[in-house]
Amino acid sequence: MQNKLSQFFMRRRNWSIPYAIFLLVFVVVPLVLIVAYAFTDEEGAFTLSNFRKFMMHPEAINTFIYSIGIAMITTILCLVLGYPAAYIMSQKQFNTSKTMVVLFILPMWVNILIRTLATVALFDFLKLPLGEGALIFGMVYNFLPFMIYPIYNTLQKMDQSLIEAAQDLGANPLRVFTKVVLPLSMPGIFSGILMVFMPTVSTFAIAELLTMNNIKLFGTTVQENIYNGMWNYGAALSLIMLLLIAIMSFFSNDEDSVQNESGGVI
Amino acid sequence: MITKFLAKAYLWLLLALLYSPILIIMIFSFTEAKVLGNWTGFSFNLYSSLFSGGMHHSLTNAIINTFLIALIAASVSTALGSIAAIGIYNLRSRQRAAMNFVNNIPIMNPDIITGVSLFLLFVSFGISQGFTTVVLAHISFCTPYVVLSVMPRLKKMNPNIYEAALDLGATPFQALRKVILPEILPGMISGFILAFTLSIDDFAVTIFTIGNEGLETLSTYIYADARKGGLTPELRPLSTIIFVTVLVLLIVINRRAEKQKQE
Repeated sequence: MQNKLSQFFMRRRNWSIPYAIFLLVFVVVPLVLIVAYAFTDEEGAFTLSNFRKFMMHPEAINTFIYSIGIAMITTILCLVLGYPAAYIMSQKQFNTSKTMVVLFILPMWVNILIRTLATVALFDFLKLPLGEGALIFGMVYNFLPFMIYPIYNTLQKMDQSLIEAAQDLGANPLRVFTKVVLPLSMPGIFSGILMVFMPTVSTFAIAELLTMNNIKLFGTTVQENIYNGMWNYGAALSLIMLLLIAIMSFFSNDEDSVQNESGGVI
Repeated sequence: MITKFLAKAYLWLLLALLYSPILIIMIFSFTEAKVLGNWTGFSFNLYSSLFSGGMHHSLTNAIINTFLIALIAASVSTALGSIAAIGIYNLRSRQRAAMNFVNNIPIMNPDIITGVSLFLLFVSFGISQGFTTVVLAHISFCTPYVVLSVMPRLKKMNPNIYEAALDLGATPFQALRKVILPEILPGMISGFILAFTLSIDDFAVTIFTIGNEGLETLSTYIYADARKGGLTPELRPLSTIIFVTVLVLLIVINRRAEKQKQE
């Protein structure tokens, strides 16, 4: 027995087995459960009523569409604000230090609730009303680093001689940017969009804090239903959110975003 | 010259915007006023009452829980993830692709989906939620990052060294300890740090798996506090301390990484 066991662990590929079991129990089964709950009623019989309920419920639909809208505005603002920053930091001519990049990424490592409350504090301090403006500011503030970092990464890896070649061939700065830099940074832009859109559309609690409970986003709808014991309906709403995100990641190249995220600062 | 100046100015402006909320909190951590925005003179009182405990016992407890959970989750994730990475690295390509795919799911999943799915797992099997379930949940979303930070080290390693150690009479365990471990250690350390910060930072997954037996982490404490309308003044010095610690840590780590690169 002892011998067999050590034989088993001699083969290093078997070392993946504990983790495979762990992944099965804590990742695969839970996701299957979401689907199972979404398509069943409280007695466990198959039903589509959870989805029908969503379709028939104007408030839920409105929240859903509103959340997508907020996420899109946030994503666009992050792109518009973040791209130039990423570009400036990636180009040697501007001579910015590496610490600058750290400064931009740092807020990512501070608790999201503290960041959100800090935004509330800022608006209170400036005597600005909390509401949609605060919501969008807070979201951009929270997720801007997620846009800057992947774009910075792709721009930095870009072959600088391509720009020089374009310049030598007579392209003006605008053409160099639109024909060379922008197309080459597309993978970074796509992962940035995904990494901002995804958390924005799925956050809960943050919107409430930024708007004094006046605006609710879809994530909160999901959380409230789960909290109030409506597990089946909550699971159906989660599945709808998951589908939305799956569609988003299908359109962008998700392999990149995973690598960027894991690459981290450290 | 002008473009260079404008570019720099833009970066600083954006940074000022990003940091203004946290700066407000830092400034007002040095005054006593209950309401943020009132300046009632400079004082260290909030700092001393944060550390004296007692009065804000629940906050102290929440901090201890947060660090304890992060420490356990990060340690287990690092062990599990490192062993898994060695295993996955040695798998045949199709199995390896499957493992990598599943490994990426928790990273790609929005927090709320991870939270809901784990909540359903625990209620389906009648597991009462509390400290253990939070730790398990944190391990499940931290380990994939450990795997991803150990894997590149394995890929860089010369596979023959391990075989050589075995040929020279080392047991697999010795070969692991003396050959593989030193090679992957940097990956394990960054994986641990990543797991630790992810765990401390987490709010969405925690709130779904923490149950309702009164267990609080920093995130759920702040959340409950904010819902009640007020923000416990002691959170201001606490946020300041966390922020400064993270800032210093990141800059030090980054400087070290840059130096290593230059060498």
